[in-house]
Amino acid sequence: MTRTVVTCVVNGDPVDFLCHDHQTLLSALRDELGLTGTKEGCGTGDCGACSVILDGRLVCSCLVLAPEVEGRSIGTIEGMANGQHLHPLQESFLQGAAFQCGVCTPGFLMAAQALLENNPSPTETEVRYGVAGNLCRCTGYDKIVRSILDAAARMRDSDAQRR
Amino acid sequence: MSTAGNGYKWVGTRPVRHDGLDKVTGRAHFGADYATAGMLHGAVLRSPHAHARIKQIDFTEALGLPGVKAIITGADLPELGDDKVAGGEGDATYRDLSRNILAQGKVLYEGHAVAAVAAVTLRLAREAAAAIQVEYEVLPPVLTLEHAMADDAPLLHDDLFTSGLDSPPDRASNVSARHVIDRGDLDQGWAEAEVVVEQEYSTKAVHQGYIEPHAVVAQAGEDGRSTLWCSSQGHFVIRTLTAHVLGWDPGDMKVIPAEIGGGFGGKTTIYLEPLAALLSRRSGRPVKMVMTRDEVFRATGPTSGAVMKVKMGARRDGKLVAARADMAYEAGAFPGSPIGPGIMSVFAPYDIPNVLIEGYDVVLNKPKVAAYRAPGAPMAAFAAESVLDELAEQLGIDPLEMRLRNAVTEGVRAVYGPKYRKIGLVETLEAARDHPHYSAPLGPWQGRGVASGWWMNYGGETTATVSINLDGTAVVMSGCPDIGGSRASLALMAAEELGIDVHRIEPVVADTHSIGYNDLTGGSRVTFAVGIAVVEAARQLIDDLCSRAARLRDVPRTEVEWVDGRAQSVTGAFPPLTLEELAAGSARTGGPLSATKTVNPRGVGVAFSTQICDVEVDPDTGKVTILRYTVTQDAGRAIHPDYVEGQMQGGAVQGIGWAVGEEYIFDQNGVMENPGFLDYRMPVASDLPMIDTVVVEVPNPDHPYGVRGVGEVGIVPPLAAVANAVYAATGQRIRELPMSPVRVLEALSG
Repeated sequence: MTRTVVTCVVNGDPVDFLCHDHQTLLSALRDELGLTGTKEGCGTGDCGACSVILDGRLVCSCLVLAPEVEGRSIGTIEGMANGQHLHPLQESFLQGAAFQCGVCTPGFLMAAQALLENNPSPTETEVRYGVAGNLCRCTGYDKIVRSILDAAARMRDSDAQRR
Repeated sequence: MSTAGNGYKWVGTRPVRHDGLDKVTGRAHFGADYATAGMLHGAVLRSPHAHARIKQIDFTEALGLPGVKAIITGADLPELGDDKVAGGEGDATYRDLSRNILAQGKVLYEGHAVAAVAAVTLRLAREAAAAIQVEYEVLPPVLTLEHAMADDAPLLHDDLFTSGLDSPPDRASNVSARHVIDRGDLDQGWAEAEVVVEQEYSTKAVHQGYIEPHAVVAQAGEDGRSTLWCSSQGHFVIRTLTAHVLGWDPGDMKVIPAEIGGGFGGKTTIYLEPLAALLSRRSGRPVKMVMTRDEVFRATGPTSGAVMKVKMGARRDGKLVAARADMAYEAGAFPGSPIGPGIMSVFAPYDIPNVLIEGYDVVLNKPKVAAYRAPGAPMAAFAAESVLDELAEQLGIDPLEMRLRNAVTEGVRAVYGPKYRKIGLVETLEAARDHPHYSAPLGPWQGRGVASGWWMNYGGETTATVSINLDGTAVVMSGCPDIGGSRASLALMAAEELGIDVHRIEPVVADTHSIGYNDLTGGSRVTFAVGIAVVEAARQLIDDLCSRAARLRDVPRTEVEWVDGRAQSVTGAFPPLTLEELAAGSARTGGPLSATKTVNPRGVGVAFSTQICDVEVDPDTGKVTILRYTVTQDAGRAIHPDYVEGQMQGGAVQGIGWAVGEEYIFDQNGVMENPGFLDYRMPVASDLPMIDTVVVEVPNPDHPYGVRGVGEVGIVPPLAAVANAVYAATGQRIRELPMSPVRVLEALSG
């Protein structure tokens, strides 16, 4: 079967890969590019474990076909930290014990990042709806929600200090 | 000096977990993340029928497709006997385990594996599986406990005879076993009772719902040895089961644990592992297999659906005097539901003199059940704690007070036999009663419910090694997968013993060839049992360090003690030697510093939890909204409180899902209608409030730091706590789970 060359930007780097027309972005990231931080929990867009940022928008990478990302920009968990500096969300997930098994964590971090970019001061309810597309079976969400609220506060503080 | 406020420096603090960085950066490798050169991909052909005889399997065409390397069916597995499966949770024989891995003669549930294929791509493997021709003789399915237990029910197994009957049965049955607990004089109990409540309850099969599907890579070598990379709750048990099902020698199989993406009991057994290993042996190539979510629902887990009749009697003063329960649990296609712990648990929190409990293990055409967090206890507690609520109401006694008047305490004989040692049920009840939640005001269509729960916990076979590096840092090695923070808890106990910073200790989960045997991560056992092994190894190491210091300082061993990471003189006669100094000089004092301990500890600490739930019921839609939720639980000692709270919160929310939303739905042919997260509705963040926790600490005298298991008991009370809250909000008792909007509306329209 012939494969298509797709050229795109992943975590800021120009990247190209070969893929089948039926292949999902999730499969391309994991199997062609070796970026296994993005997880498959269901393959049907119901669990959010495969969440990535596509041109600034949160998507389930299992619902995007790989050839569709030609010329576009993708952000994954592997690009969330800035060099040796963790993103404030990663920092607060660590400090706040926001995960137990950790398999849903990359998806939650992506969803939380998308949420805070759109709404830097979410209420608890807004956080809960912001990550309602992500399933976690371990934590009951309590420490995840608190950690996102904590990261939001810290990001606002550091923004205020910069100004 | 204690930084934790409990007399300890490290135990009870909340450091960042050692594996945390890998898990927030996507670097942690879970089951499906492993790949190796030349790897084939496997797929499974599954039965479309819930019950059918396999007349013929023809895979000639499928095997002829270019790129298809191997195909196996049940005929490729060795015949196994009726010996019990070792080491796993739940109750099964190797013969049944084998027949669940690949159907042999009959398929017994929709999704039952019939054949497995290895091919150069996953797509091709799936196409080849679909090209396998199977001729079935479809048989009538057995889909309910009532049907399965009827005299004229179709039989799943012609050779299954009920065990535990008063006289041996003369014909086969779908009831595999009867279990009984009988104590006191029930007739006398009912005669003493002034108020009696008897009701029937039922719950549906629910899935563990771990987010990571089952995954494995297997490489069978030309020399007969093999290697498996997989996520599980216990790689030693995976090795035992897989090797046994294949007729291979367990010592020839190395299992390397991946990070595990949730298990909750569901990853204590095998599904794909023997398929991948045998396909690799047949093809001479490594084989990777990963389940789809649909396969996870249709062919793994779930836990039992149940029907239960519970009758309890009390005197006017609230003292329980008699209780009876008749319980039947779905085992799925093969015997082995958690009915045993079900009957142990149903009245376990209470001191009741006269008790009769009968439990039945029943096969039917649904997936074979697997362990699920406190297996068998949540549904039993749903029935008993609901009846207790009715009794309390009829007697005009506050429901927590009712429980306090009957709560088991140290020295009381448990319904299931032994005398309780030090336990903390009363303390969890008092913590709930004293919590501001319990007296907060409620609005219209809102109600509050409470319930308590029991879980036995487990010890188990364990090996741990503590080693000191040349720079004075330490490695703590165990063989139990870290499913929710156990690396951190083991490192904290080692830090407390050694007197060094917890982040100078690296906790490691070693593979089956790198450390002695370890039972599963299950039964809430790791921080308890592995903790004991780690503490004992650390203490042996400290003794060694003190002996070396004594020799270096030329004093008797008795004049040296270990304090704050240093060997010091008990009299101040010589300057202390630090761990760093002793480690750096170890070559001159006897060689490397390392100690291994193996334990199979007794003295497991029984755990109790009491929970408070507020709900609001929408009278127009029947939707139950959880408004506020509080969990009190006796942890014995919280080693890392964040992860203790996390277990309490996670268990409670799984129970909430069981109560209000989750259920396996089958059509009349036994085909599962909701095998995906859209239609099998687990709680999401927007369904829930914060889950408040009160960690009660009644130390277990048989653990060096007082640890009880914390993983499981949190899921036991919620089903009844939510149901009792729905009653308080609506005046309607709903005795059938889940309390989905449809069922609540039906109840409201009376």
